[in-house]
Amino acid sequence: MSETETTVVQLPDATQLVVSNSPHIRGGETISKIMVQVMIALLPAAIAAVWFFGLAALQVMALCTFGCMAVEVLWKKAAGQPTDSWKDGSAALTGLLLAMNLSAGAPWWICILGSLLAIGLGKQLFGGLGYNPFNPALVARVALLVGFPQLMTSWVAPQPGKWLACDALTGATPLAALKNHCSPASISDLFYGNVGGCLGETSALALLIGGAFLLSRKIIKWQVPASFIGTVALITGLAHHFNPELTPPALYHVLAGGLMIGAFFMATDMVTSPMTANGALIFGCGCGIITSVIRIWGGYPEGVSFSILFMNALTPLIDRYTIGKPFGYIRIKKEAAQ
Amino acid sequence: MSDKPRKFKGGVHPADSKALSASKPVQTAPLLGKYTVIVHQNIGASPEIVVKKGDVVKKGQLIAKAAGFVSVPLHAPTSGTVTAIEKCPGPACVSVPAIEITADGQDDWGLPFEPITDWQNTDPAVLKQRVLDAGIVGMGGAGFPSHVKLSPTKPVDTLILNGAECEPYLTADHRLMLEQTEDVLLGAAILARILGLKTAVIGVEENKPDAISKLNGVAGKYNVTVQELRVNYPQGAEKQLIYALTGREVPIGGLPMDVGCVVQNVASAVAVVEAVIKGQPSIERITTVTGEPLVNPGNWRFRIGTPVSKALELAGGVKYQPAKLLLGGPMMGFAQNSLDVTVMKNTSGILLIPAGQVSQYTSEPCIRCGRCVECCPMDILPATISQAVENERFDWAEQLNVTACIECGSCSYSCPSHRPLNQHFKRAKAEILAAKRKQQKK
Repeated sequence: MSETETTVVQLPDATQLVVSNSPHIRGGETISKIMVQVMIALLPAAIAAVWFFGLAALQVMALCTFGCMAVEVLWKKAAGQPTDSWKDGSAALTGLLLAMNLSAGAPWWICILGSLLAIGLGKQLFGGLGYNPFNPALVARVALLVGFPQLMTSWVAPQPGKWLACDALTGATPLAALKNHCSPASISDLFYGNVGGCLGETSALALLIGGAFLLSRKIIKWQVPASFIGTVALITGLAHHFNPELTPPALYHVLAGGLMIGAFFMATDMVTSPMTANGALIFGCGCGIITSVIRIWGGYPEGVSFSILFMNALTPLIDRYTIGKPFGYIRIKKEAAQ
Repeated sequence: MSDKPRKFKGGVHPADSKALSASKPVQTAPLLGKYTVIVHQNIGASPEIVVKKGDVVKKGQLIAKAAGFVSVPLHAPTSGTVTAIEKCPGPACVSVPAIEITADGQDDWGLPFEPITDWQNTDPAVLKQRVLDAGIVGMGGAGFPSHVKLSPTKPVDTLILNGAECEPYLTADHRLMLEQTEDVLLGAAILARILGLKTAVIGVEENKPDAISKLNGVAGKYNVTVQELRVNYPQGAEKQLIYALTGREVPIGGLPMDVGCVVQNVASAVAVVEAVIKGQPSIERITTVTGEPLVNPGNWRFRIGTPVSKALELAGGVKYQPAKLLLGGPMMGFAQNSLDVTVMKNTSGILLIPAGQVSQYTSEPCIRCGRCVECCPMDILPATISQAVENERFDWAEQLNVTACIECGSCSYSCPSHRPLNQHFKRAKAEILAAKRKQQKK
């Protein structure tokens, strides 16, 4: 008897129990975890940028990242909404991506103006995270490109390992050099990043490492970079095959300019790209076609930003027309026909 | 069938947490002084109570009879006296009618049926009537009357036994297949005879290798094929199981028989054996009582009507206060607000979830990551439908085939924005149904 009394079985307190809908366990994925992983994936490219362009590159990245976070907080404050949305990491990521689209020689006010355009015009004006139709970083880049063409197309020549001596030289990007019929950079320079351009346009190797990380973590759909890069390679390859004067070989196009960062980091932005696998394929192909056309026949040396923004606009349509048939749908049709 | 484990499209991989109870043999719960049998335990019409307060009943005696075709009878879990017929806490957190039986301690069988030992030469119709009389339902969780599934109006060529047990934490079916291997297979053979089939296939997730090898050892004797399934939630959902095993897609709004299949849970198959061979109605089941807060998780054979508080006592009580009490598994189970709710024929698990796993989420805007689209086993677009529901556009939700949703919860599980997707779909389905009813009345 005494034994049963001493081992009192403790039962849960029913009044403390939470009642809610199933499922009762969650996968643990959060928005900020996704954003942080994308930023980690950008790390190799960021390191490469500092290696080639010195501390000035670091300054641009810091200004844009903190600029975007500051704009996010100020906007939310002005709108009378909770200001903790910067914690989800999306504003910081937009800033880092914006920096990747600027030259190491960009003055401080370009960075701040870019942050304002990215977060204000690109994101918050449409209702904030999840509602923006266009990639915010690209909105800022294109707005700056149109507004300050001179500033946005003068590039710092790479000086690997020379950290402080960045503002000495300016040079053309490999694609711009091509447009102006100058001698292009070598393939190996393009691959490792020893070329002029935006911070994120330099090292294809660093971007590939980051892209592989994103793919392995299943944060981006493989369909987007594969179809984007594949289409560019195909079109430029064919153009080069039939008229080598017109454009350099496909490999050059793949490695040069913003294609790598565009295909792995910009076009894959979840909010502004299609949700379905088939939609992602169409989206990537569209980006590839527009990029190739602009690069080969267009007035601008580079078309990645324009192509992605254009396809962003088509995303709702693509999503609408790529809705797959649900499981068990085909048979209903068949039976109805009988 | 091939040796390669089968799977369906989509799905998620939650931590299975089955180790808490997988190695614990099934113990028979001691006889209680009182059982409270919830009357409506099945999908379909609620049975009609045929006893009144003060009646003396034998164990296994009919206490409520089937009300219509999609309904099952209910039997007394032990011998004793009906001491109350009143409302008690139900599985959906609302009070439901229940029959309270105070045990006399004798546990006297008043066997209502003759055992049928020579089932191989018995008319399938007699066997089917026995399944109905014994009150057997789908014991995997849905509680759909088994005899209805055994009365297909279309030609059926495949009998599938569901031993997937894809819900995390639950190990009741696993233990059953391990400890009553021959009963499971015998049940399959009897069910096959009822359907006029010679063979059956049993699908088991490959995380139960001991059960698979044991089943394989004797399956040939009963003309049953054992098929390994990949570990992938919701592998045990009827339509996904049929697809994995046969490659057939059950049409939206259709039934397994539309593709020539009948699916029965392994526990239901064992209940069929008990009803046919021993003449015993469905008054007990194996339930996993588990969860990190429990002192001693395990698997028990409970009488129907055992209060959850008694089950938790058998499991040693709790080490600390849990955040949730569930009937069923963590993906599709129902949260409870009372310990007085009782074990029913479809209670596969009693699960306590610690506070660490139950945080309050503020749902954030959809970032269109597409994880829900990727994992949806029904290939619908959870993110888009959820937005339609938020805008109260149920017509749009219907166009996007929300009615195909099986409410498995994979989308909610995988959503980084913690959107209440599953909840949205339940609401949309209810609204669509209500609108249809309204239209019919006009």
